[in-house]
Amino acid sequence: MLVKTYIACALVLACALPLSTAPSVEQSHIDGLSGDSGRGNLLYRRYCIGCHGREGDGMGENAPYLDPKPRDFTAGVFKCRSTPTGSLPLDSDLFTTIGRGIHASAMPSWIALMPQQRADLVAFIKTFSPRFQQEKPQAVVPIPSETPNTKDSTDRGKKLYQKMECWKCHGEQGKGNGPSAPTLTDSKEQRIVPYDFTTGERLKCGQTNEDLYRIFMTGLDGTPMPSYLADLKPDEAWDLVHFLRTLQKPTR
Amino acid sequence: MNTASCKRLATGLLLLIVLCRPAQSIPAFARKYGLPCSACHEAWPKLNNFGQVFKDNGYQLKNERDAPIFQHPAYFPVTFRITPQWHRESNGRMPVDLTPGSATSGLVERQINTSGFDLSGLDLWTAGTLYNNISFLVLPSSDATGAFHFESAWVRFDNLFKSQWLNLKFGKHELDTPISEKRFLALTANGGFYQLYHFTPPGDSNTFGGIGNNQLGVELMGHSRNSYTRYAVSLLSSNNGQVSLPTSRTYDVYANFNQAFELSGLGLQRVGVYGYVGQSPTYFLTANGTAIPGADRGNKPFYRAGAYGIWYIRKLDFSTLYMHGYDNVFLGTGTPANQPGTLPAGAHGPSWNGGFVEIHYTVSPQFILVGRYELIRMSHQALPVGAILSNGTPVTGDFGNIDAWVAGYRWYPIMSSRAGLAWHQEYAHVRTRGTAPISGRDVPTSSYLMGFDLDF
Repeated sequence: MLVKTYIACALVLACALPLSTAPSVEQSHIDGLSGDSGRGNLLYRRYCIGCHGREGDGMGENAPYLDPKPRDFTAGVFKCRSTPTGSLPLDSDLFTTIGRGIHASAMPSWIALMPQQRADLVAFIKTFSPRFQQEKPQAVVPIPSETPNTKDSTDRGKKLYQKMECWKCHGEQGKGNGPSAPTLTDSKEQRIVPYDFTTGERLKCGQTNEDLYRIFMTGLDGTPMPSYLADLKPDEAWDLVHFLRTLQKPTR
Repeated sequence: MNTASCKRLATGLLLLIVLCRPAQSIPAFARKYGLPCSACHEAWPKLNNFGQVFKDNGYQLKNERDAPIFQHPAYFPVTFRITPQWHRESNGRMPVDLTPGSATSGLVERQINTSGFDLSGLDLWTAGTLYNNISFLVLPSSDATGAFHFESAWVRFDNLFKSQWLNLKFGKHELDTPISEKRFLALTANGGFYQLYHFTPPGDSNTFGGIGNNQLGVELMGHSRNSYTRYAVSLLSSNNGQVSLPTSRTYDVYANFNQAFELSGLGLQRVGVYGYVGQSPTYFLTANGTAIPGADRGNKPFYRAGAYGIWYIRKLDFSTLYMHGYDNVFLGTGTPANQPGTLPAGAHGPSWNGGFVEIHYTVSPQFILVGRYELIRMSHQALPVGAILSNGTPVTGDFGNIDAWVAGYRWYPIMSSRAGLAWHQEYAHVRTRGTAPISGRDVPTSSYLMGFDLDF
């Protein structure tokens, strides 16, 4: 009898362990793709678990050695979004981030995965935070057409860089060495470094001028980078984009 | 089964479940990037497409953290791999003295079986980046006795002119083969290589060891961002990858092109074509009758060409390959080109066709089943059918044909982000037609191996 109990326990445990990593069922919808969290679970275990951890809390076995730290999916807070600050991201935002990677971090581009696989991963990542069951993403922050990139525009952008006190974190030359830089922490009280604009053309959340505009307006949630949606008019935001581009060196 | 045995079995099963953790890492690069090994490998060492992109990028993730300056000073990208094992080898129809120790007693054919605990060779490799977009790989490799040679040693300039379509590799390197023989999942003496990648017909003097051998030269390679489209062209010294220029007066060319595409719900499929055109010497200048290394002459041409496909049906994948091979008649008959009059009557450049199907079922990154069937069929013998060989047997149409198969599995019980350990079991069987040295009958050989393949 005892033997049967042993075997039964072992089999139950064997079946239960894989299920324990799938807190709930989610789907994602990106253009014509529908992601499935069941398939995403298998992909997550293959590709992501080392950094983001079994529970999606950013505590994978490699996390202690990484800087910046891997994202904690359980918080439901994401840097790269098209939605206003405080909002959940769209499925397509997460899909884009997986495909593009996060520049200047350990998060690589997963463009080598098929789009369906990335959609499945998005669905599974959404299972880690109850926010995705309780809330809907807000409307996308609009990005109007880019204004002409002229000297006047960059001059206005330079003044805005001072006025909005961007320099306090990012430094006068955009090297990420402003006076506030040493004091900055993220939402998990971990040290965080402002972006050094002089390192290249790629940014954490994209590479294009539209991406840079979006970062101003949505902010990078979970970091000290706020949203300027309420403080900057669209033309001003474009002026700031044009000025920041003058700080950058071309990517090698 | 008694109660005590059942208890042990159940306890073992429980321990197994507790100890088994998701596959995590390959050592050298996992230590650098913190990625799980399963990110790059379907099942170590077989690459998946993410691993292919990483390799094509010159072992770079292209996240601005590729240069060694971003690593902790103590980091050194070294991996070693060795396989302590027990194996059994069976060689059929070996020539054996009728009386042991007596060379004059006459030869008979016997089957020789041997088995026991053993070691594989050791791969001690280091690879990575010297700087952004400058990659390298150095692989000293030993046989089981510890005698080392350089299996690979190259430097690669990546993304020339900011284009991923232009990457230049210089040194001894693995050819961009259709299906990598260096990253496949068979280890035995009979199954641990593709027969087709190394085949030359019996009696052929071609010094080319096959596209499976690493070669010395330069490679121009390019790929799309997700490596769905790839090409590689190599210009190689005609010395079969051997250093010190033993034969090197000509150059060979190898090229490979492949294209991947997605089939909804099934996975990533890949098709491609490849070809190798080269020359091999037929005689050497001599001093007192001894060949002078590097003084090869009478180079004659040969080629290998074919097509392939890698097909995924979810967890099941098939690698399929076709090859056509041809050697010049002087190579095929082992005749020096400066003595054309000694060519056997009716001799012809030998040609052959071959192919294989290799099947993998990836249960998980920690458990994979492997099977392969491979055949080679001579389409034209070097000597006319019916000609008498030196052992007195006639040449037949199927002389030299090969049938080979492999079955096995690999289980990765423990994979941390720092090391890998695989339990490997495999059986391989090869039958070569008509090549028994005395009777001219078929030669069967087989291998069985079980062991621990470890990688740190």
